[in-house]
Amino acid sequence: MKPVIEISQLGKKYRIRKAEPYLALRDAITDSFKYILRKKNNTKEDFWALQDINLAIEQGERVGIIGRNGAGKSTLLKILSRITWPTTGQAIIRGRLASLLEVGTGFHPELTGKENIYLNGSILGLKKREIDKQFDAIVDFSGVEKFIDMPLKNYSSGMQLRLAFSVAAHLEPEILLIDEVLAVGDAEFQKKCIGKMEEVSKNHGRTIIFVSHNMASLQNFCTKGVLLENGIIREENDINAVINTYLSNTLKQKLKFSERKDRIGNGQVKIVNVTLLNETGIRTGESLKVEIEYASLTNNIEVTEFGVSIWDNNEGKIISLSSTFKNQLHQISKSGKVVCEIPYLPLVNGSYLLNAFVSSLFGIEDYIERIFEFDVHENDIFGTGKIVDPEWGKIAVEHNWFIQNDTK
Amino acid sequence: MPDIAYHAPIRFAYIYTTILQSYMKEQEIKISPAGSTSFSLAEIWGNRELLYFFAWRDIKVKYKQTYLGILWAIVQPLLLMAMFYFIFSRTLNVSVGMSYPVYTFTGLILWGLFSSGITHSSESLLSSSQIIRKIYFPRILIPLASLLTALVDFFVAFLLLIVLLIIFRQPVNWHAVYSFPLAIALTFIASFGIGSLLATLNVKYRDFRYLLPFAIQLLFFSSQIVYSIHSLGQGWLKLLLYCNPLNGALELFYYPFHSRPLNITGIFISTAVAFFFLITGLFYFKKTETYFADII
Repeated sequence: MKPVIEISQLGKKYRIRKAEPYLALRDAITDSFKYILRKKNNTKEDFWALQDINLAIEQGERVGIIGRNGAGKSTLLKILSRITWPTTGQAIIRGRLASLLEVGTGFHPELTGKENIYLNGSILGLKKREIDKQFDAIVDFSGVEKFIDMPLKNYSSGMQLRLAFSVAAHLEPEILLIDEVLAVGDAEFQKKCIGKMEEVSKNHGRTIIFVSHNMASLQNFCTKGVLLENGIIREENDINAVINTYLSNTLKQKLKFSERKDRIGNGQVKIVNVTLLNETGIRTGESLKVEIEYASLTNNIEVTEFGVSIWDNNEGKIISLSSTFKNQLHQISKSGKVVCEIPYLPLVNGSYLLNAFVSSLFGIEDYIERIFEFDVHENDIFGTGKIVDPEWGKIAVEHNWFIQNDTK
Repeated sequence: MPDIAYHAPIRFAYIYTTILQSYMKEQEIKISPAGSTSFSLAEIWGNRELLYFFAWRDIKVKYKQTYLGILWAIVQPLLLMAMFYFIFSRTLNVSVGMSYPVYTFTGLILWGLFSSGITHSSESLLSSSQIIRKIYFPRILIPLASLLTALVDFFVAFLLLIVLLIIFRQPVNWHAVYSFPLAIALTFIASFGIGSLLATLNVKYRDFRYLLPFAIQLLFFSSQIVYSIHSLGQGWLKLLLYCNPLNGALELFYYPFHSRPLNITGIFISTAVAFFFLITGLFYFKKTETYFADII
């Protein structure tokens, strides 16, 4: 049998226009003048989001696509779901395909829950007949029966999400593309959805392509992994092997810091290096010092803000720090080093990712994610020998308990 | 299959859907840089339910939380008719060769189809950008749904026209049988063409947003709604006015109300212009469709 998805030499080039979010007629006119005058237009820049992708996916395979932000994962899904077209190569899809790049696409706040189920289902490619058949199951699954005839604008955001997920979970295409969508919403309901999709795919031999940053759900859900790096396939293998390559890669990132291309920002000021000043390892409840070394490429720029954020391994955002929160840095020099000190680190033991940015009056100049991973070791912060299990919560805070007796 | 399957038509339908389903299963989609250059009518037909849902949504949303609801489709032309009647007929003595209120109202409802068709479809892609960026379907459904919405308003207003014809005792001759559908079809084609052209241009160059209100006004005053082209002198001006495709459609639409001969040349010009816009609009739409999601 032929593979259900056959991708050969697929590539996608974006032309980046700096500072112009959309075209204006003026540009088209001035561009043509520039063309006549043979002036080089340097506001445009080519960027290959995907290059020479070759991939064959067999029926029933569940493929996880892994990669850092900007590696081309979403672009690949967009091409396969025909939202955007490739620049080179081709892809052949055999079978009915549905893509979930977000849940609740097309939801309208003025329409009722019921009406939105039909609209959303239809947008996702279900026939009215199929929605009729599944309608009760969808409503049941969502747990919002009581509100089904109320306009969506009266729903809480959690309820909207539940409804959206329910429609998505009842899709039964032969091939299903899922982007990060499952990363939102309450964990309990997410599990229910993934369970439902898993059941459908395992029992009916459905093919699934899944993009996620959540290594645990990738490991659970997928049989095969594809690692994308800067638009090309780095590795295609068993899911566990690919996850290992990916994780060890992120650790190595520290070594070739200056070569990191996946930076966001104007680029007039660059982060040169980021180091942790804790020599003896990092422990819960102790201080953490992050040193950022930076350099301005031009003289006429004023650095206004530094920021550091910490994510957990699944890229769940945990801590966000900025020099403007505390209003502490003034008249920052063009190049140099700054230190951010967290006097009491509340993180429980585990691995965390560090991100940093530097801004000027013109906005973000340089933002780098996953600069490195660092480990926090356990510490007896309560002085009782008891520690917070990472399974129970990521943050350990000082707290007190009192007995409030009824005096009667 | 249950025993009713022996009932011939049902069995036939069953066989037909089975064939259709097996065809759907075998379908093979090829994704390549060029995209497709022709409109797949089969694909649009396959997505007719989505088209229906888009139009249905637009109508629902349009009249949600309004007291009059769909009656708004007739309030506007009715008020305009009253105003035009007092200004042009009573004060300026404009003559159109038949009952002025009926003439203006007839013109206004076809104008409504034309103008709201153009306005809504040209805005439609931008206002659906969220969906366009997240899911695939034939993009042409979006401007098409806007036109269907305008068509529903038109038919509501058309019912009132019938009432007005009775109240004003306006005779209607048998030519209505073909001239009404032709007029509506011509208006539909013209606004579909112009609408999808503008919708595409709007995605690429937002300038057309600002040009549109002006163009709509120009189109209104060049349409024979408050006046009649027949009352103008012969010559180049008449022919020029027929370059506005609505004038050809109006010519057909008014035809059953009077005994004047049809201006065939005028209708021909209007039809040619309408088809020119349809072909240009759809061609440009298709050509640009491949990178809508990247620039919208």
